[in-house]
Amino acid sequence: MKNKKSRGIKNRDNLGWIFIAPFLVVFLTFSIYPVLRTLYLSFTDYTGFNQPTWTGLENYARVFKDKLFWEAFGNTLKIWGVNIVLQLGIAFLLTIVFSDIKYRMCGLSVFRALFYLPNLIAATSVAFLFKTLLDWKFGSVNQLLTGMGVVDAPIDWLGTPALLRTVVGVIGAWMWFGNSFIMLMAGVQGINGDYFEAAAIDGAGRWKIFGSITLPLLRPILLYVAITSLIGGLQIFDIPYLISLGQAKMTRSVNTAVMHLYNMAFKNRQIGYAGSLAFILFFIIAICSVIVYRLMYAKEVD
Amino acid sequence: MAHKIKKTILYILLVVLAGICLLPFALMIVNSTRSGNDIMTSFSLLPGSSLASNWKIVTDNLNIARGFGNSLFVAICSTLLTAYFSALTAYGFAFFKFKGNKIIFTAILIFMMIPSQLGMLGFYDLMTKMRLIDSYIPLIVPSIASPATVFFLRQYVVSVMPKSLLEAPRIDGASEFYIFHKIVIPLMAPGIATMSIGAFIGSWNNYLMPLILLNSSEKWTLPVMVASLNSVKDIASNVGATYVTVALSVVPIMIMFCFCSKYIISGISAGSVKE
Repeated sequence: MKNKKSRGIKNRDNLGWIFIAPFLVVFLTFSIYPVLRTLYLSFTDYTGFNQPTWTGLENYARVFKDKLFWEAFGNTLKIWGVNIVLQLGIAFLLTIVFSDIKYRMCGLSVFRALFYLPNLIAATSVAFLFKTLLDWKFGSVNQLLTGMGVVDAPIDWLGTPALLRTVVGVIGAWMWFGNSFIMLMAGVQGINGDYFEAAAIDGAGRWKIFGSITLPLLRPILLYVAITSLIGGLQIFDIPYLISLGQAKMTRSVNTAVMHLYNMAFKNRQIGYAGSLAFILFFIIAICSVIVYRLMYAKEVD
Repeated sequence: MAHKIKKTILYILLVVLAGICLLPFALMIVNSTRSGNDIMTSFSLLPGSSLASNWKIVTDNLNIARGFGNSLFVAICSTLLTAYFSALTAYGFAFFKFKGNKIIFTAILIFMMIPSQLGMLGFYDLMTKMRLIDSYIPLIVPSIASPATVFFLRQYVVSVMPKSLLEAPRIDGASEFYIFHKIVIPLMAPGIATMSIGAFIGSWNNYLMPLILLNSSEKWTLPVMVASLNSVKDIASNVGATYVTVALSVVPIMIMFCFCSKYIISGISAGSVKE
């Protein structure tokens, strides 16, 4: 009797396979297989048309000699540097302001929604919008700045390499700071209010509370936000690609690692080589993530 | 008193920041109603009267309605697939203790962290072999497997549905799929809604995949069409028309956001606070 019953439950539990089967089939076909296929192709001379021939580590050796790729990687870091400092800096300041128990700021949900808005818009639209707004001759930004007398001559935002990289970084920060803010704020709201009250009763000041309670308890989320921004930031493609589209002169100054990969694969048809670029980039991202993780948790020891 | 002044200053700074977030959109909407010449010679936040003529330039050169329809079709199909199959999978992982449940679920979470560009080349190659280039299938069918949504909904269904709720219908002999459709889905609806909005926006805004996969211009989605603006001479020479096209791709999302911002934000917050 007992045996029969337990078998009945087991059979029912096995029905779970039917529930997850469609997911598994699609996931294996469209997500796992392509990654393995890219890995295999990265060891071949595949161009998309020929029969791939095994070339061993040749592609990987070539990556290390590919000056254009490392230049693109340098550009990626420069863009990402501007982006991350602004994005996390603003998000952090906003979190401090809204979590302050003495100010008790109102309107969190309204501001949160407004700050998040830029993140909803397609990158193509954002790129075109800023490209048009920042146009050297006809852009609204230069009209506004010269009109108010802030600058004498219009600034060539999109034609100066360093300036263009900064612009791309700032656009990235503009798009993502709201997202980081929402996550950090959700973390703060998850902290038990009793801690804050107890600290306030003990007479701890605002910065003391922030440093000793908010920051340590926020660390897991801070880590999550930092690593996701790192992964996203090092893969930046659409904004720099679109903003330099059609002006060949500027493409190189905002050429990012993934743009280089895209050009190699879909313009030069060197799919095997592009595959090795993808995996090198993946390893760099993975190593950076581990470093960020170590840095943030090293402090906990003392 | 000093406290009040500080607080006011903070509010002013917050409003300025909100302004920076909104200004580009305001300029976009204002400029789409002004003529190209006007925009080039002066700055203004007051709307002009050239919306109709700008609109005409756009529709003369681009089949924008087609792009709009294409985007809508792809986004709705993939959202429906993501919503239904993620709920199905999440329920399967949450309430059936089959062998390998935990291992497979963990494996999916690990694979979730692999950046998408790693698979991009292999995906393109697979689509070429399956002769699916220039078709919507590679943009829609992979939505069935959306690991992040499954993860969210699994946590969600465990928290909203006690296991005891399944006992009565099971004793009554209801089939598992009947239970899923009649009892589980209604209970999961708020969670599914949150994830669906995100899925819709993601698909609507997707650029790289349609760019790689769609060759013929009549199949282009809106982002690909917007990106092609440079090459359309009449539009490139009239900035007002550019703004109209961009606005058209942005406004649906903004309207959606006005109604659903609460769901969208709760989705992001939930993603960061994992127990």
